[in-house]
Amino acid sequence: MNKSETRDKAILKTVKFEVLRYNPAGNESPHLENYSVPVTKGMTVLDGLNWIKEHLDSTLSWRSSCRMGICGSCGMFINGLPRLACNNQIVHLHSDRVVIKPLPNYDIIRDLVPDLEGLFEKHRSVKPHLIRKDTAEQDSPTGEFFQSEQELLNYIQFAYCIKCGLCMAACPTVATSEEYIGPQPLTAGWRYLSDTRDEGAEQRQDVLYSSHGVYRCHFAGACSQVCPKGVDPALAIQMAKRDAFMKGFGRGKKRSGSSVIPPIQDWTPRGDIPDAPAKTVPQKSE
Amino acid sequence: MRESRLWFWHILSAVVILVLLGVHMGTMHLGELLHRIGIGTGDPVDSSQVFERSRQAVYMVTYILLLGTGLFHGMYGLRSMFFELSLSKSLEKTIGGVLAVAGVGLFLYGSYVAVVVFQTSGV
Repeated sequence: MNKSETRDKAILKTVKFEVLRYNPAGNESPHLENYSVPVTKGMTVLDGLNWIKEHLDSTLSWRSSCRMGICGSCGMFINGLPRLACNNQIVHLHSDRVVIKPLPNYDIIRDLVPDLEGLFEKHRSVKPHLIRKDTAEQDSPTGEFFQSEQELLNYIQFAYCIKCGLCMAACPTVATSEEYIGPQPLTAGWRYLSDTRDEGAEQRQDVLYSSHGVYRCHFAGACSQVCPKGVDPALAIQMAKRDAFMKGFGRGKKRSGSSVIPPIQDWTPRGDIPDAPAKTVPQKSE
Repeated sequence: MRESRLWFWHILSAVVILVLLGVHMGTMHLGELLHRIGIGTGDPVDSSQVFERSRQAVYMVTYILLLGTGLFHGMYGLRSMFFELSLSKSLEKTIGGVLAVAGVGLFLYGSYVAVVVFQTSGV
C-alpha cells in the first residue's frame, strides 16, 4: 500500500448507522438497529452497508448492483430523503447519524428491499416503447426513423430515467392514492408522446389522461427534487397537461410518426476507429 | 379523453372566475373606494343599490355565469379530492354522478332565483 492509499483509507470518523430491519416472514415488527461504521474518504452509504454486512451483520438485506448511480437498484430512504445509497457519500450527509429505511410508498420485501412490482406494472401500462404503424419496417428496417436534433432535445432529459423509483417514494399523491399512476410512469409516457418517431399516442393517452393520470398531480415537485439523474418528472407532467389543454383549442402536438430515411451509402470509415468485434449471436437474417 | 375535456373546462372556468370575482370584489367590497374615485354610488348593500343592480340584465348574466363556473370548478375539485381516496371504480362513478346532479340542480335553482329577481325587481 503506497502513501496516498494509506491516506485514503484513514478513518475520518465513526458514524452511527440506524437501519430499519424487517422480515415479514418473522414475527417481529419493523425496528431500527444500530451499527457503528468507521468512515473513510469517499465512502458511500452503500459502502457503509457493505461494511456492516461484512463485519457486523451478514443478515442485513438490500438491493444493489452497479454502485455508480446507473442501475437504480439501491434506492433507500436516507436521513429523511429518498436517495441512491451508492450516489451519496457519508461525509456529504453532514451528520454523525445515518438513518436508513426502505423507500416509502412501497411494500417491504425484507429490511431495505422494497417491492417495486407496482411501479413496473404502472410503467408497463403507459407502453414505454416506440409504437409504429409500419410494423414491417420495424421488423426489417430499410433505413432510420428521421429525427432532428431539436426534436431529440424536446424529450431527451426524460429518457435519462433509470427507474429507481425514488420519485414515486417522494410523491405525496402516490402516498395517499394507490391508483395514481405516479411521476415515473407518467414521465415515461410523456417521453414517448413527445418522440416524433412514435405513433402510439392513442394507445397511451387512455392511461396518461385517465382520472388517475396527469390531472391528479398536485405539482409538489418532490419527484424532481430527488431524481438522481436530473430528470424533471414534474415538468413532464405539466407539459402533458399543457398539451391536453392546448388540444382543447385544437393546438396540441401533432403526432404522425417521422418518415423513414435510407441509410447513408457514400461514407468511408475513419482509419483510427477499430473494426467492431465479430457478432457472437447469429442475427435474424443469417 | 373525457378527463382531458373536464380538465380543459376546469382551467377555463378558473380564468372566468378570476375575472368575475375581480368584478364582484370591486363592486361589493370596494364600493366606498370606487365611489371616492368617481365610480359607483357608494354603499353596495344599500337596498336601493341592490334593486338597481337586480334590474340590469348584465348583472343577471354575470351572476348566472359566476354561479355556473364556480359550481363546475368546485364540483370538479371536490371530485378530484374523492378520487384520491383509493375508492372502488363503482363508487367513483357514483360520486361523479351525484356531484354532477347536485351541480346541475344548484345551477338551475340559482339561475331561477337570478332570473326571477331580475323580472320582479322592476315591478
